[in-house]
Amino acid sequence: MMAGQKHSALGRTPYYVLTGGLAIIFLFPLLWSFYASISPQASTGQIDGFGFGNYKTMFDFGAGLPTVAANSAVISILTVVITLLISTLGGYAFARFRFWGKDALFLLTLSILMVPYATLLIPLYVMLNALGLSNSLVGVALMISMFQLPFATYMMRISFEAIPRELEESAHIDGCSTFGTLWRIMLPSVTPGLVTVGLFAFLAAWNDFFAPLILLTDPLKQPLPVTVANMRQQTMGVINYGATEAGVVIMSVPCILLFLLLQRYYVRGFMSGAIKG
Amino acid sequence: MTSPSISEAAAAQPPARRFRASLRRQLVGFAYTIPTLIFILVFFLTPLVLVAKMSLSKYGLLTGDEGFNFPKNYVSIWRNQLFWPSVWFTVQYTVLVTVLLLGIGLGLALLVQTVSRWSGVLRTVFLLPVSVGLAAASLLAYGFYSPAIGPISPPLEALGLIDGPIPFLSSSFAALLSTTFLVVWKFAGFYMLILTVGLQGIPDDLYEAAALDGATPWKLFRHITLPLLRPSLSLATILCVTGSLLAFDQFFILTKGAPDNTTVTAVQVIYREAFQRQNLGTAAALSIIVLIVLVLINLLQFRFLRGSERD
Repeated sequence: MMAGQKHSALGRTPYYVLTGGLAIIFLFPLLWSFYASISPQASTGQIDGFGFGNYKTMFDFGAGLPTVAANSAVISILTVVITLLISTLGGYAFARFRFWGKDALFLLTLSILMVPYATLLIPLYVMLNALGLSNSLVGVALMISMFQLPFATYMMRISFEAIPRELEESAHIDGCSTFGTLWRIMLPSVTPGLVTVGLFAFLAAWNDFFAPLILLTDPLKQPLPVTVANMRQQTMGVINYGATEAGVVIMSVPCILLFLLLQRYYVRGFMSGAIKG
Repeated sequence: MTSPSISEAAAAQPPARRFRASLRRQLVGFAYTIPTLIFILVFFLTPLVLVAKMSLSKYGLLTGDEGFNFPKNYVSIWRNQLFWPSVWFTVQYTVLVTVLLLGIGLGLALLVQTVSRWSGVLRTVFLLPVSVGLAAASLLAYGFYSPAIGPISPPLEALGLIDGPIPFLSSSFAALLSTTFLVVWKFAGFYMLILTVGLQGIPDDLYEAAALDGATPWKLFRHITLPLLRPSLSLATILCVTGSLLAFDQFFILTKGAPDNTTVTAVQVIYREAFQRQNLGTAAALSIIVLIVLVLINLLQFRFLRGSERD
């Protein structure tokens, strides 16, 4: 487009130098955290030479990595399922049906974005305690799902709106119920939207720090971010940087892999929103 | 797919049946939103009402509701020594982060808009930190900025450019800049994505026509790109301002308010009030104030950004 056509190969050298430099700046901290997690440091699990001693420290800390990772996984999977379920049904209704109160409900859903996390977490802490859901992973997942709703519902609505109506009408005439139409005809067409919503929900839940910090007081229930943050100061106030970076690597690798795997859909999900503007 | 006999039957429905069908369709549509509605009622509206009610009472973390005490919680905010500095700090942080993220996000979006394999790779690289969580990124930065294992100072020391490790977090100003760098690194790709989407919505022939008229690249940018990018820039501004005003993780993990409570954000004050000073009533009052300010700022932004669209 604009920048590309006018410059010769020689003229584009500064472009490659600039973008290459930027790419290094963006990659460097990620590569460094892995390097720091395996390099030796005094009074950590990795004293001599390179190795995975810090990962062992991380593995054994608190409830142990299997429990902590399982907590993170449960919160994330529940959040993805709840968010996809609610936003698919809601998005379909907002895109394809007319009913009383529709615009008001959609605006109300979007208005969740305007409310600070902290404003809702304090009463939710009290509410979940009263409901017997204190220290419950389900409670945390419900909470995170709620904050995903504005983006998820909006995304699913524009995804459904982008499908030509004829597709749906012919299915309807063929005798499909509205739910059958949604399940068999519409869902396959909104895969980029579903993947985008699911990925966002996963990343938000896997990485959430504030909700578990407040809603989970039992150390056995804590997910990765809170556990790694707690792990920093273990022995006599000496900060174990190596183990912290090992925790960072363990937290980040699943996110980066998922992101790379789903990138195609994720960017397309965004683009389909673009056309609607 | 369509079988003619059924479609003819559908067209031949009498009006009364069609009305009933449309009512049915309304109900079906509404039914699909019931999960959304329940979620909003239980996890959004009820807590909002509850937090408003809590802000009017003496409400201990362990003791529960100890009775109506309005306006004591709100008055105590006025006297809270952390509150006003935290507001000022949060505002500074928000302005700095928003200006940098929008500027750099737009710069990156312009850099990757050509269609080539290299720009695809670049886009992926810029988006990688977005997939890393904010807490993880803050913990990464905790080591990255530390004198113990930080990678920036040693080579500079070896070259004799500095005498000791760079104090990334030891003054309030340094901590602000270091945290801003972390946040820009983590979120720049996200804003690049939003603005790339906006850039791709601008028709190419506009540029071509203007270029034929002899417009310079700067003029193209100033008179075509920027005005047509306004909707995406507005969205990016609103997301960035809201997110920054509610900053918590990065400061809670990285600076913990150090040095001397000079890097405390508004949400951190709420957290302290609720879970360290165990005063949910005051924390609720603070939350209400933050909520009102945020709604006002967002309304102002909507009005401002939409208003200037008409020029």
